[in-house]
Amino acid sequence: MIIRLGRLTPGYFRLLQRQVSGEVRMQPQSSFIDPIAMMMATVGTGVSLYSARQMAERVQLKHPHAWDQAEQEQNIRQNHLKMAVLRPTRSSSGPRLTEFICVLLLVFVSVASVSRDVVPGSNETWGNPARTTQEDPHHQTNSTGHKKAFPVLSFHYEEVKKPLEISLWILLALLMKLGFHIIPRVSNVVPESCLLIFVGLLVGGIIKAIGGEAPGLDAKLFFYYLLPPIILDAGYFLPIRPFTENMGTILVFAVVGTLWNAFFIGGMMYGVCQIEGTQLGKVDLLSCLLFGSIISAVDPVAVLAVFEEIHINELLHILVFGESLLNDAVTVVLYHLFKEFAHAGTVTVGDAFLGVVCFFVVSLGGIMVGAIYGILGAFTSRFTAHTRVIEPLFVFLYSYMAYLSAEVFHLSGIMSLIACGVIMRPYVEANISHKSYTTIKYFLKMWSSVSETLIFIFLGVSTVAGPHAWNWTFVIVTVILCLVSRVLGVIGLTYIINKFRIVKLTKKDQFIVAYGGLRGAIAFSLGYLLTDSDIKNLFLTAIITVIFFTVFVQGMTIRPLVELLAVKKKKESKGSINEEIHTQFLDHLLTGIEDICGHYGHHHWKDKLNRFNKAYVKRWLIRGERSTEPQLISFYNKMEMKQAMMLVESGSAAKLPTIVSSVSMQNIQTKGPARRRAIPSISKSREEEIRKILRANLQKTRQRLRSYSRHDLLIDPFEDVSEVRFRKQRVEMERRMSHYLTVPAKSQETPPVRKVCFESEHQIYTYDDSESPRGSAQASRLHPSPPDAVSLLDESPQRPSQRGALRTRGDAEVRAKAPDDKEEQDQLKLSRCLSDPGPKKDEEEDGSFLS
Amino acid sequence: MGALQSSPGQPEYIDLAEKTGFSFEQIGVLHKRFKQLSHNETTLRRDHFNEIPDLACNPIRAQIIEAFFDRRNYRQNGEGTVDEIGFEEFLVVMSHFRPPSLNMTDEQRESVRKEKLRFLFNMHDTDNDGTITLEEYRHVVEELLSRSGALGKETAKSIADAAMLEVASISMGHMEPDEFYEGITFEHFLKLLAGFEIESKMNIRFLNMDTTTLCK
Repeated sequence: MIIRLGRLTPGYFRLLQRQVSGEVRMQPQSSFIDPIAMMMATVGTGVSLYSARQMAERVQLKHPHAWDQAEQEQNIRQNHLKMAVLRPTRSSSGPRLTEFICVLLLVFVSVASVSRDVVPGSNETWGNPARTTQEDPHHQTNSTGHKKAFPVLSFHYEEVKKPLEISLWILLALLMKLGFHIIPRVSNVVPESCLLIFVGLLVGGIIKAIGGEAPGLDAKLFFYYLLPPIILDAGYFLPIRPFTENMGTILVFAVVGTLWNAFFIGGMMYGVCQIEGTQLGKVDLLSCLLFGSIISAVDPVAVLAVFEEIHINELLHILVFGESLLNDAVTVVLYHLFKEFAHAGTVTVGDAFLGVVCFFVVSLGGIMVGAIYGILGAFTSRFTAHTRVIEPLFVFLYSYMAYLSAEVFHLSGIMSLIACGVIMRPYVEANISHKSYTTIKYFLKMWSSVSETLIFIFLGVSTVAGPHAWNWTFVIVTVILCLVSRVLGVIGLTYIINKFRIVKLTKKDQFIVAYGGLRGAIAFSLGYLLTDSDIKNLFLTAIITVIFFTVFVQGMTIRPLVELLAVKKKKESKGSINEEIHTQFLDHLLTGIEDICGHYGHHHWKDKLNRFNKAYVKRWLIRGERSTEPQLISFYNKMEMKQAMMLVESGSAAKLPTIVSSVSMQNIQTKGPARRRAIPSISKSREEEIRKILRANLQKTRQRLRSYSRHDLLIDPFEDVSEVRFRKQRVEMERRMSHYLTVPAKSQETPPVRKVCFESEHQIYTYDDSESPRGSAQASRLHPSPPDAVSLLDESPQRPSQRGALRTRGDAEVRAKAPDDKEEQDQLKLSRCLSDPGPKKDEEEDGSFLS
Repeated sequence: MGALQSSPGQPEYIDLAEKTGFSFEQIGVLHKRFKQLSHNETTLRRDHFNEIPDLACNPIRAQIIEAFFDRRNYRQNGEGTVDEIGFEEFLVVMSHFRPPSLNMTDEQRESVRKEKLRFLFNMHDTDNDGTITLEEYRHVVEELLSRSGALGKETAKSIADAAMLEVASISMGHMEPDEFYEGITFEHFLKLLAGFEIESKMNIRFLNMDTTTLCK
């Protein structure tokens, strides 16, 4: 879940509005609101491209009740024009708006295609500094022809040439990405990576048609600028638990599997090359093995791009993805080894032994470097309490340093980056502010997303640009061998692994693991780094073909296959406090059982490590008292905070499920007599009157709070947890208030039902009337309940702090009937400690929990 | 008293193997451990468990030990607790932690899942009335946090309350203000942990080889 800070306040209003809107039906405003709203949407779209992308996603997930919400939003927008600008994505709700924005973004795309025409034209100029003189006139006819008389201008243009070129490429990439999300049907069938490669092909084709030289996927650019963000994103947000639990399997696949692939493909290729009539006689064994080592590694970028879209279950995802990350060390070693030998020509046993040693040095060294920087980063974040602004940068810089330092020694940069991210994260997150955390998250996602897009586009461009040596036999045999070796490798290795795994891998799992072995840009860049020769071109062509085959054919078919095989999908529910409790409970239980069994297994060592971490490491790396905080408590705090924010933000009023607001503390607490007294026995007409007054007050409250909240946008609302809690408390109170006023949340979506609900709830009051308070109290005491729970009384609708919001007669009326305030205080305190599970369910609404 | 020898294939083991699904080797290893824990007696008592040094720092030690003496975990529909257990009971309790086999039908998987969850449920439901009340749940969380000092006590309460609220909202759906949620029944417990793949989590590795000499 991404928390958007800027949208705090309008969401809060909507929440308040939702409560009253069950009763107050917003009158349709004047007819020019829609155009205004549309205009705001337009402006908003222009303001932030990234938000627009999010919006496009939202359009796909459009909720059935969106229209109702949009109607309300437009009313809000009338009052808060300024805010509407600040949150462009909100405008996605209404169908009409959606259509409008789709059209708008299509215009964007067409603009993009225009700019695409400009980019190659310029690139052709910029790509060749050597030919600048000759190309300049051409360029000037393109865009700045009439300014030829001003040399100063052209000089300045030269200055900004490079950044301009880069920005144009990035802009092109982003606009393309944006465009794909507008057309939901296409992006449902074809993975984004395929579309991006396709765009790259188009761009490359245009560049070539104009007669320029397209910039290929430069290996330096790729390894130093494009790859690290993706890997850091993957490493920083690596799901640690499944990763460590399946570490053995992942390692076997990554190391043994990659070795097998490399040697099988290399050996077989050599065999094929020896066949007469293939014109491949000049390819020797070492070149073949080099080729095998390049082509055998599963690519993390491609895997991420495809697997993120198919939402496969955690186990399979981590198996394939983990393999793609950890096989880097093997690839690096094999690549350097064979590249070295290909020059030397001979291999001895000693070399092979050195290769094995090298593998350990490269992988463990990479991890070591990453760990050192990770600990440094964590330690630094201990002292950033007074300079919050630079916190995220430390994370990025230390990680990048880890990557570069590893690369200096030819260690595995990827493993170093992963180790750095994994080690740094828990400590950094405990130290930095929530805002910094969000920033880190956003930046990593943004960078990796841009990098990924660029990589695929460049892949397409290089395909058109690069010199090719197409040999049917070589290419086809390569593709077939890649598939065969992957399948054989996975089946063979799973057979061995399953003997040791507690949870076995099924046939389906094996199929997905084998089929998910996508190749990608890393292989291409490694091939690109080879010394120029005919063989290099031959290899590059084959590599590109394999990449295209895996990304297009496998990438496009994997989703239908997953559906067809009914492979378990990722479960949507997350952050359930009960699940967290049971995860912890199970950890301790299993450790205990292992101890009773008397052998030291996985859980035992994990427990030991946890205790060591708690006793020593945390004390050094985490500032203040949070270092001693148990995991469950920090989880709980995090969850509470998240709920608070979601509640405050409360994206869509219509989406709030009814169950959330209907279960409150009083339902699980043992009832005391106080609540009975708390509910006044009032006539229906009296109740209606009170309701009317309260309604007016709520609206007033909203008006008043608006200015307060707008101010709040300036001072950071999330910097202080207590402030959020306070706010949450109040929102919750308002909500509960509305509950007592028998406005079920669902009623606003279905106005006719509301009447019925009202009637039925009214019966509760009559029930209270008919039964004497004493009697009901005794009845409730019959419940099996421990004695001390009686002191924790449930809430009555009037709590002290509410009076701040409701100062009028209606409040006074109701309050007059409230029981003594002391009890109320207790309850308030109690409910402060509590977190209503409510808004979290927003996401789970369609989940398995609810029938 | 060493009446049972730990060599595999013993006739005494056939019965146990059928009952618990362990292999002869695993039973042998566990039997050896059993005798080690009970100092070569035929029964285990609570203080035998309390002597295990590795268990000493486990926050839920009491509950784990209690689970071994709970008749409900013996697969015989018994109730209440016992004071000492024989090897068979020990083995039956252990068998709740056996990993599921590879080729299982969905019904089998579901029954394994239910059985494992039932074990957890019984651990929480200390008074054996079929529901985990708020008090019992609070106790669970308090135990979990019992190693974190005074900090834990208050927080444990609110965590348990929050968890209970979650259960109530998941299992009951809409509740009127005067309704009372008594506690988590087993059905609710199943529903609650529907997304929690217990069948692939609540497993430990039972060794075929004897390594108990390595441990205290």
